[in-house]
Amino acid sequence: MEYFLELFFSGLTRGSIYALIALGYTMVYGIIGLINFAHGEIYMIGAFTALIAASLLTIWGVNQIAVLVLSGLAAMVWAAAYGFTVEKIAYRPLRHAPRLSPLISAIGMSIFLQNYVLLSQTPDFVPFPALIPDFPWLEPYRSIIGSSDLIILVSTAVVMVLLTMLIKYTRIGKAMRATAQDKQMALLLGIDVNRVVSLTFVLGSALAAIGGVLIASHIGQINFAIGFLAGIKAFTAAVLGGIGSVPGAVLGSLLLGWTESFATGYISSDYEDVFAFALLVLVLIFRPAGLLGRRHNQKV
Amino acid sequence: MLAELKKAIGVAAWFMFLTLPILAVKVNAIEQTVAWRWTNLALVGGAAFLLTLVGAFFVRYRPQLTTHWPDLSGLGLARFKGWLLALIALFAAVFPALFSSYQINIMTSALMYAVLGLGLNIVVGLAGLLDLGYVAFYAVGAYSYALLNYHFGLGFWGCLPIGGVLAALFGIVLGFPVLRLRGDYLAIVTLGFGEIIRLVLENWNAFSFGPSGIANIPRPGLFGLALPVDEAICYTYYLVLLLGLLTIFVVNRLRDSRIGRAWIALREDEIACQAMGIDKTRTKLTAFALGASWAGLVGVMFAAKTTFINPASFTFQESAIILAIVVLGGMGSTVGVVIAALIFILLPEYLRAFADYRMLLFGAIMVGGMVFRPQGIIGNVRRSYKFPEQGTGHD
Repeated sequence: MEYFLELFFSGLTRGSIYALIALGYTMVYGIIGLINFAHGEIYMIGAFTALIAASLLTIWGVNQIAVLVLSGLAAMVWAAAYGFTVEKIAYRPLRHAPRLSPLISAIGMSIFLQNYVLLSQTPDFVPFPALIPDFPWLEPYRSIIGSSDLIILVSTAVVMVLLTMLIKYTRIGKAMRATAQDKQMALLLGIDVNRVVSLTFVLGSALAAIGGVLIASHIGQINFAIGFLAGIKAFTAAVLGGIGSVPGAVLGSLLLGWTESFATGYISSDYEDVFAFALLVLVLIFRPAGLLGRRHNQKV
Repeated sequence: MLAELKKAIGVAAWFMFLTLPILAVKVNAIEQTVAWRWTNLALVGGAAFLLTLVGAFFVRYRPQLTTHWPDLSGLGLARFKGWLLALIALFAAVFPALFSSYQINIMTSALMYAVLGLGLNIVVGLAGLLDLGYVAFYAVGAYSYALLNYHFGLGFWGCLPIGGVLAALFGIVLGFPVLRLRGDYLAIVTLGFGEIIRLVLENWNAFSFGPSGIANIPRPGLFGLALPVDEAICYTYYLVLLLGLLTIFVVNRLRDSRIGRAWIALREDEIACQAMGIDKTRTKLTAFALGASWAGLVGVMFAAKTTFINPASFTFQESAIILAIVVLGGMGSTVGVVIAALIFILLPEYLRAFADYRMLLFGAIMVGGMVFRPQGIIGNVRRSYKFPEQGTGHD
């Protein structure tokens, strides 16, 4: 039972991280119908920015809580800036190009950003400081859930609630939903579509950065290539839940987290990534619209 | 002018801010030292400033620039096409005699990428199915030669068709489930499929010898004759060249055939294509199978050329490179794909000074190519019936 609970919580933690990244995918897809291949790289850049900020602040002798908060903020700010710039350079000029063009541009961007970090920082794995403090009161349950797991779960939950409220109740959220439904109509009604798209990228990138900081501090090391696999898996999660749907992305991420956690725990850890991809292929074959996605009938 | 200067300064400042943490700061956490690399930041700022100014200049003076562009089409380049082709053929034929084995090896891999590009061109360029896991079929070909040779001692020529057929079978196996999927979902599933193949090869030690790979794969023999290394390299070059010519011939014939027309119709509009009575299932599957079989053939050649394979040669990055060749060469265009393959594989080899920046430039070229020239180096000209001109002198 304890083993089951351990796997359950580790799956939940994984799933939460996937959810933070998957939301960026799903929001961007919902609005401009693009698979933002460089999203995983934004997450990686967030983690690197946090690492650099945290090391600097530690050397300057700032206390631990302030380091956590400030480096998290730095990660969000810079990841958002990168997301904004990437959209402007690589996607905006291709808004009306054939479907394949922006996707290829995105793959190029992803390769570019990976190598940019590789060349300007390091090709090796670097240790990431444990930014999240240990809670003494969690000691009895240590074998089931650690304090970083708890922090990850709580912060993901808070972020989800905030995001849902933003999309449901604010003006800009309304504009986002309108743009997702019909870009042309939204434009006619006076919504600045370019601004909405930019904002979506900024939001999604900041969320990915939160995910990057949390997971890096949980695992304890990062390198320039972590974005690729995390990105693909988060995309899997988004598709699983039904791409374009925010609750779907969360549900899909949790399911994917549990699948990986239980499959590696009970079957074999060698094929950890194969389970994720197999799940993706199966879902797309049997339910291409995802679990919560709506099926669009193609019209002539 | 002042507004443009202001804008350029703004862009430069933005990029300097953007690259501040990662490019300018390098922290050594163990020794607790910080290296501030301000020169990098200054370079980025300067480059952004200049590029923005140049861009603004182009936007402003583009009308003047385009009118002064010489019109080359009137020169009748088509007249020299035969000569040009003959020259290229001659160069390709005597290439091994002129250059060292090192150069021949590089040219061989460039040609391999050209064939891979042409194979993927069937799937992506003609049939419009975005396949991000193409490298999986390449791996199937390479491993089928390596394993059949290891276990049963089968030679290169026996394995070549087997590799092609096996890859085609894998293409059909992948093709069946994804028939119903739309463009971008298809891309992701094929990517997942490619990764699954690689991960299985990496982890199933009993079958594929895991990450350590398979060594001592024999080079291709000439009628049972084992050649010395230098000659074997030459021989492989000619084999790949032949395969390339065969590919160009077959792909061109396929494109103009009934099935090729069906692919193009499918790419342009799936529903209209079905309404015209084209069997969607069969058309898509043949595209997958034929595209994959080229990858299988090149895979066998790759294993024979390098004599050693491991899963690290079949990562997503390879798929991305092949896709970039197809797209930047011009989807559906044979000449474009060949030119793009040669440029992309040869250029980094000869610009060794930039070796570290190879992939960085590669990514940048992919983005820049899409933004500034989405139709590729050689845009695909749509075949169309030309109406005879009416009432212009001739009667």
